[in-house]
Amino acid sequence: MAYPTAFRYTKEHEWVQIEGKRARVGITDHAQAELGDVVFVELPSMGTVVKKGGHLGTVESVKAVSDLFAPVSGKVVAINGDLETSPETVNQSPHADGWIVVLEISDPSEANDLLDAAAYEAFLA
Amino acid sequence: MRTLFDHVSRDAADGVFPVCDVPSRKADDVLGAGLVRAQAPRIPNLSEGDVARHYTQLSKLNYGVDDGIYPLGSCTMKYNPKLNEDVARLPGFANVHPRADEALVQGSLGLLYDLSQLLRGISGLAAVTLQPVAGAHGELAGMFLFKRYFEERGETGRTRVLLPDSAHGTNPASAAVAGFSVTEIRSNDRGTVDLDALRTELDSTVAGIMLTVPNTLGIFEESILEVTRAVHDAGGLCYFDGANLNSFVGRARPGDMGADIFHFNLHKTLSTPHGGGGPGAGAVAVSRPLVEYLPVPWIEKTGSGYRLDWDHPKSIGSVHAFYGNFLVAVRAYAYLLQLGDSGLRAVSENAVLNANYLQERLKTTYPLPYDRLCKHEFVLSGEGLPNGVSTLDVAKRLIDYGVHPPTVYFPLIVHEALMIEPTETEGRESLDRFAEIMEAIAKEAREHPELLHDAPVNAPVRRLDQTHAARHPVLSYPFDKGESAAA
Amino acid sequence: MRYLPNADADRRHMLRAIGRASVDELFSDIPRDVLAAYRPLDLASRSELEVLDELTRYAETNEAAKRVSLLGGGIYDHYVPRLVGHILGRSEFYTAYTPYQPEISQGTLTAMFEFQTLICELTGMEIANASMYDGATALAEAVLMADRIRKRRRVAVAGNVLPQFRRVLDTYAWAAGIELLDVPFASSGRCAWDRAPNDISALVIQSPNAFGVIESLDGLKKQLGDALLIVATYPLALGLLAPPGAFGADVVVGEGQCLGLPMGFGGPLLGIFATRMEFLRQLPGRVAGRTVDADGKVGYTMAAQTREQHIRRERATSNICTNSALCALAATVYLASIGADGLRHVAELNLAKAHYLADQVTRLRGFALAFDGPFFNEFVLRPTEAAGVVRRRLADAGFLVEDSAELEELGVKNGLRIAVTERRSKAELDCAVAALGGKR
Repeated sequence: MAYPTAFRYTKEHEWVQIEGKRARVGITDHAQAELGDVVFVELPSMGTVVKKGGHLGTVESVKAVSDLFAPVSGKVVAINGDLETSPETVNQSPHADGWIVVLEISDPSEANDLLDAAAYEAFLA
Repeated sequence: MRTLFDHVSRDAADGVFPVCDVPSRKADDVLGAGLVRAQAPRIPNLSEGDVARHYTQLSKLNYGVDDGIYPLGSCTMKYNPKLNEDVARLPGFANVHPRADEALVQGSLGLLYDLSQLLRGISGLAAVTLQPVAGAHGELAGMFLFKRYFEERGETGRTRVLLPDSAHGTNPASAAVAGFSVTEIRSNDRGTVDLDALRTELDSTVAGIMLTVPNTLGIFEESILEVTRAVHDAGGLCYFDGANLNSFVGRARPGDMGADIFHFNLHKTLSTPHGGGGPGAGAVAVSRPLVEYLPVPWIEKTGSGYRLDWDHPKSIGSVHAFYGNFLVAVRAYAYLLQLGDSGLRAVSENAVLNANYLQERLKTTYPLPYDRLCKHEFVLSGEGLPNGVSTLDVAKRLIDYGVHPPTVYFPLIVHEALMIEPTETEGRESLDRFAEIMEAIAKEAREHPELLHDAPVNAPVRRLDQTHAARHPVLSYPFDKGESAAA
Repeated sequence: MRYLPNADADRRHMLRAIGRASVDELFSDIPRDVLAAYRPLDLASRSELEVLDELTRYAETNEAAKRVSLLGGGIYDHYVPRLVGHILGRSEFYTAYTPYQPEISQGTLTAMFEFQTLICELTGMEIANASMYDGATALAEAVLMADRIRKRRRVAVAGNVLPQFRRVLDTYAWAAGIELLDVPFASSGRCAWDRAPNDISALVIQSPNAFGVIESLDGLKKQLGDALLIVATYPLALGLLAPPGAFGADVVVGEGQCLGLPMGFGGPLLGIFATRMEFLRQLPGRVAGRTVDADGKVGYTMAAQTREQHIRRERATSNICTNSALCALAATVYLASIGADGLRHVAELNLAKAHYLADQVTRLRGFALAFDGPFFNEFVLRPTEAAGVVRRRLADAGFLVEDSAELEELGVKNGLRIAVTERRSKAELDCAVAALGGKR
């Protein structure tokens, strides 16, 4: 799967789609493949305020648990409730329907620290 | 699999209990209707024969040590002597209430005392409690002891516990339940604790270290004395996880290695059965400075017999409702008496010889990441098997050959780990046969990988869908859907 | 050594195969000083026959096993149908390990699933785990779980919880930094939960409680608001009593010894733990779940394992690994053996016999019940004489009765706690009444 060039990435294998003040966050295709079949996604509560690197939730497969870290500081303004009943969406569509949360960004400058697609692919290689 | 609830209930299954010989009382009258159950629990009424057959059939779907080799690394699945089972069922042991007067339970108290003295001797430490009922429970008691020890010394800033990255998952979990944070120490390329990494972490925030000796790779920490000295010099304590005592029992003692706390798994080293996941027993031995914090009650010997002593104000309190798993202690004591000191030496000799023999033979077929003298177990890797074959496939194929697989995917520091512990109760023939099967499976992986991918085919069920079970948990019988409902 | 199959010739062959000259070389990685410090046990090896005789001597020294028990307080002298022992004696069950390889552990896993279902049926809860060590540790884990969910670091505990439960809870709560607040009991012997403090993660109540009195749980859940209601129960009594789930309990724990286990001097026991589905991710311990195999056939496996220590390590919901699986199997076979009808019958026997004894005794001059709350099979007597004197008369007549120390710990003076199970015959109970009355 190609890594969308419009996204930004973290070394924790998350992607971030920034549109204005909002950042949509999910885990990368590489991350979902490493985890295997996702069986549960623990979502944060709406309105939760997190610092960059803070705990946003967890993504679980049968035999592993992976933390979701906030790629930038902000407030949770949307969560993907469909994942509660269909966690497999994270496997099937990691970069689109399998999104996990949307953050309202509090410090736009933090986005500069994120990787672009080429840098992330180089990191994986 | 047919469950109990799929059987058709009959009219009257009763007859176990007698007819009431005192005036019978209506619960509604005695208690008031609000306290009485409105609907009976859905438990079928069956004939004894129906029930006997149901559970006999279920038993045949299991694999136990009596069925064959059970080389589950870190679990020490040795043979469970039958004498132990019989003595634990003696009415004089089984039918004793824990609140009976001390004078009337001298046999039980005496046995617990005598066993604790033998365990004290094996550990080389100052005192033993038999209260913890599992290995992880012993670890937790040990972490409570850490906590109380530093509280009493006013060193409440010691909130971190160090753990090697090869540790069993119960170690960090036990430390966390007792309120400690965990810092991982990496292993060096010989598979043992990296002393430099350890020294970097040792400071006044460290309560101590939890070590598995030998470690989960089956490797003895050659610098164990340097490790424990470094921790002690920094004011910390050393907890030893005794899951692997089988490898040195009868010839070395944790107390001589610098341990402050050591837990025994009586269900590993001392042959008591695992029971499909318990009950076990996790006796804990401690060094002199920790004795006063041991859980109450203590069992003490007096001039006239044995007594329970509750008067230890600095104790961590109790960790079990009564005195631990007494009937498990009975089994362990029977085993120890049969073995004697020479038998204990023979246990470690044969456990270690068996493991090294199997390691030597299998390392030409499967990668051995840490190729060196092992103790009672060793860890192979399934990495690099051809045709997309994984360690899980090898494990499932072993089932087709009628053998229980080793522990897989642990320890975490070996990729695709296959952790093999033959134990001393296997003989050379059994080991050779296991090795031949492992070699045959490696050949199949090259020539007929589908046999591994599809395995098992010779088991009561094929490979089970764990993902389905996790995504759509069905954790009790779906009475509205019935037998065939999977989810 | 008869448990070790290798002959000397095998060992020589194996040493050659691994290129070692001697057994000592196998232990050359243990520091020499450590090996030199070893002190052998003063323990000769013995034959099976000798050990059987020796262990029999210990067992026969336990006079308590020969007396008629009126002891209770969480452990009871119940009858175990013969079938239970025969099934537990099948080595396919007792020599197996934790079912990490489900394809060859369907016996254990199916029984775990049945056990969980039975516990849900008894307690009126949605999910149950595969067992804890004992009722006391199950309660401690319930409090830790409740505080993980509500995070208030304060938990209220009824003052009439069994002391052995409270002691273990005290230890766990101390280490976890959770403050325990006592809730007093009334003259009925029941917890005065209307006086429970606010701002708590949970309230712990036991029913029947340490006095044998059945608590009134109606309305308690509403009063607690979002604090969790933890109920410790006596599973056998639930053959007759309304299940805690019917009163809105969030967690139900209990001691399962009454379901087919010997008293065994207090161990091994069986901790039961049941809760609501919404708390599955916070549940401690193992749980079996139903699934399908590669051919679509129904089978069982361990479920929700990401909560557990082998995956989540220091962030696991508990450190528990080995639990009381074989004891849970005993409870399962016990309940299967007696069925719903038998369970109701045995519960009724307990109720009738305990009330018969209580009625007879309180007709004697100088005896009253200490509490007027309803009870199941256990009650506290308050004699006008010194309890110790009365107890001595019962002991002389061959009965086991505990001393008043534990009741005094709970704030009850000069009490005698008496438990009566289905094993006690009318003749035995009449004899106890005569002894209490001072007649021979």
